[in-house]
Amino acid sequence: MIPEFNYVRAQSLTEAQQQLSTDGARVCAGGSDLLGCLRDEVFDCSKVVSVTGLDELRGITRSRDGGVNIGALTTIAELAANSTVQELYPGLAQAAAEVASPQLRNQGTIGGNICQKPRCWYYRGEFECLRKGGDTCYAMAGENQYHCILGGYRCYIVHPSDTAPALLALNASVQIAGPRGERVVPIEDFHVAPRDDVQRETVLEDNEIVVAISIPQPASGLRSSYRKVRARGSWDFALAGVALALAFDADRVTGGRVVLSGAAPIPWRSREVENTIIGQRIDATLAREAADAAMSEAAALKNNGYKIPLFKGVIEEQLLAIASA
Amino acid sequence: MAHDRRDHDEKAADTSGISRRGFISRVGAGAAVVAVASKASAESAKPTETMQATELSRITLTVNGQQRQVLVEPRWTLSHVLREELGLTGTKVGCERGECGACTVLIDGKPRYSCMTLAVEAQDADIVTVEGLMDGEDLGPTQEAFVEKDAFQCGYCTSGQILAVEGMLGDNPNPSLDEIRIGVSGNLCRCGAYVHIFQAAQRAAELKQGVGGES
Ligand SMILES: Cc1cc2nc3c(=O)[nH]c(=O)nc-3n(C[C@H](O)[C@H](O)[C@H](O)COP(=O)(O)OP(=O)(O)OC[C@H]3O[C@@H](n4cnc5c(N)ncnc54)[C@H](O)[C@@H]3O)c2cc1C
Ligand code: SF4
Ligand code: FES
Ligand code: FES
Repeated sequence: MIPEFNYVRAQSLTEAQQQLSTDGARVCAGGSDLLGCLRDEVFDCSKVVSVTGLDELRGITRSRDGGVNIGALTTIAELAANSTVQELYPGLAQAAAEVASPQLRNQGTIGGNICQKPRCWYYRGEFECLRKGGDTCYAMAGENQYHCILGGYRCYIVHPSDTAPALLALNASVQIAGPRGERVVPIEDFHVAPRDDVQRETVLEDNEIVVAISIPQPASGLRSSYRKVRARGSWDFALAGVALALAFDADRVTGGRVVLSGAAPIPWRSREVENTIIGQRIDATLAREAADAAMSEAAALKNNGYKIPLFKGVIEEQLLAIASA
Repeated sequence: MAHDRRDHDEKAADTSGISRRGFISRVGAGAAVVAVASKASAESAKPTETMQATELSRITLTVNGQQRQVLVEPRWTLSHVLREELGLTGTKVGCERGECGACTVLIDGKPRYSCMTLAVEAQDADIVTVEGLMDGEDLGPTQEAFVEKDAFQCGYCTSGQILAVEGMLGDNPNPSLDEIRIGVSGNLCRCGAYVHIFQAAQRAAELKQGVGGES
């Protein structure tokens, strides 16, 4: 049984913020991550503040600058099936379609997906590890086949979201409502690396709520894609993934971003790949060079060395695929 | 067991009417709210719903077309309430972590995990369980297809599989084999009856379109 909590279904954003301003209160959107954490007692929660009554947080609309605005309560299934998203940002639609299972895509929201907690099995299990306020990372010397190869520092999780890397590749921003009003944070600055704070996954304060995610108008010649490698054909988190959003002028890359999933504690922007390919034509040699560059700083733990050649293969394959798309 | 005690309390509450009835406070949405954020909808007149942790609160769920009143704690999941409070034991519980699909029900026509949904969060929704797929005394087409294609061994995953297929066919009446695989990818079968489950899904699509007889 899930431990006891008080429950409030907020009727306005201001009320939700106010309800969240008491200690131990947590936002509940689809609940598909929150309820798992509560059942496994990953953290304490004395009050669940449901935001599912806030219809203003729903839906996908075109924004004035030609991009889109995605309400935080938009489900992953709605995102995957949205024709505007499929047309303008195919990489994001592909990433959404790769999230979890049909049931979880019907239930999980985009706001919850970028805010979800890590899947490290020590963190989800009965271990008071560093991220939970203890003084040891059990994964470092333990079972770490699904942990990170880049960006680890005292804690070695990988960020579990498939949509966040695609959003980062597309230069999305997160609209956040807080007691002092609204602020907009580029998704690049939204997730917190363990080097900056080992107990925090996002920059959100306890009483802040993600309202929407906005993506700018695609640059001319922009192509995007998402590729996820996982251990099983049915649902699973990424072992290695790559989100691309690259602008092409004829066959030359003029700009864009390359983001890895399953690699690091945050969606991992690979400047090494970007610097190798921007201004160039992608051919087999360049794709291999970029893939090697992506892994130049990678450091494997005891059980996850396989990820390095896996990433190289996926990056190479995806760069060649998008160049000929 | 704590669990049994609660069931007992709940029944006592039901017969006595109000003795353990939960505390649902209804506060006007505008009251005591400091307006700051730009999008706050001050016009919303709907009352706020607050439920205390340890109290039982009366909610109404629409299950298989019927309105059912039930006393719940806020932490109770929909799977728990369907099985333990409403006696709808066709819905199974496996992992309670969103991983196996045994607890799949339709919520507003979409397959979802009832173990990962709070009962209080399902109040405004149309809930359909495997019991609700019956056509009077007869099996509904998707149920019929599972029997016809022998799509189970132990049967534990079956009601979840059936609802996953039912929900998929609601969106896509003519799924390809690949679409079927994706449609039931959130439902684990420990007995490995997958090939028959895929055939049952194809057969259910036919039956729903009025293609009768043996295939
Ligand atoms: C078995 C399983 C497999 C999964 N596989 C994948 C996968 O392959 N890829 C993937 O990307 N994800 C995967 N997930 C994660 C799943 O997609 C997320 O659980 C889901 O997207 C979260 O959305 P939600 O609305 O249910 O969030 P909730 O559970 O409601 O919330 C999640 C967290 O975010 C906070 N939160 C939610 N909404 C807001 C908001 N608007 N503002 C501020 N904070 C908020 C909550 O407080 C909570 O901490 C999987 C989950 C499970 C259980
Ligand atoms: S990797 Fe992070 S979450 Fe996992 S045990 Fe180590 S500190 Fe905890
Ligand atoms: S019991 Fe709900 S998914 Fe397993
Ligand atoms: S029939 Fe036994 S688990 Fe599927």
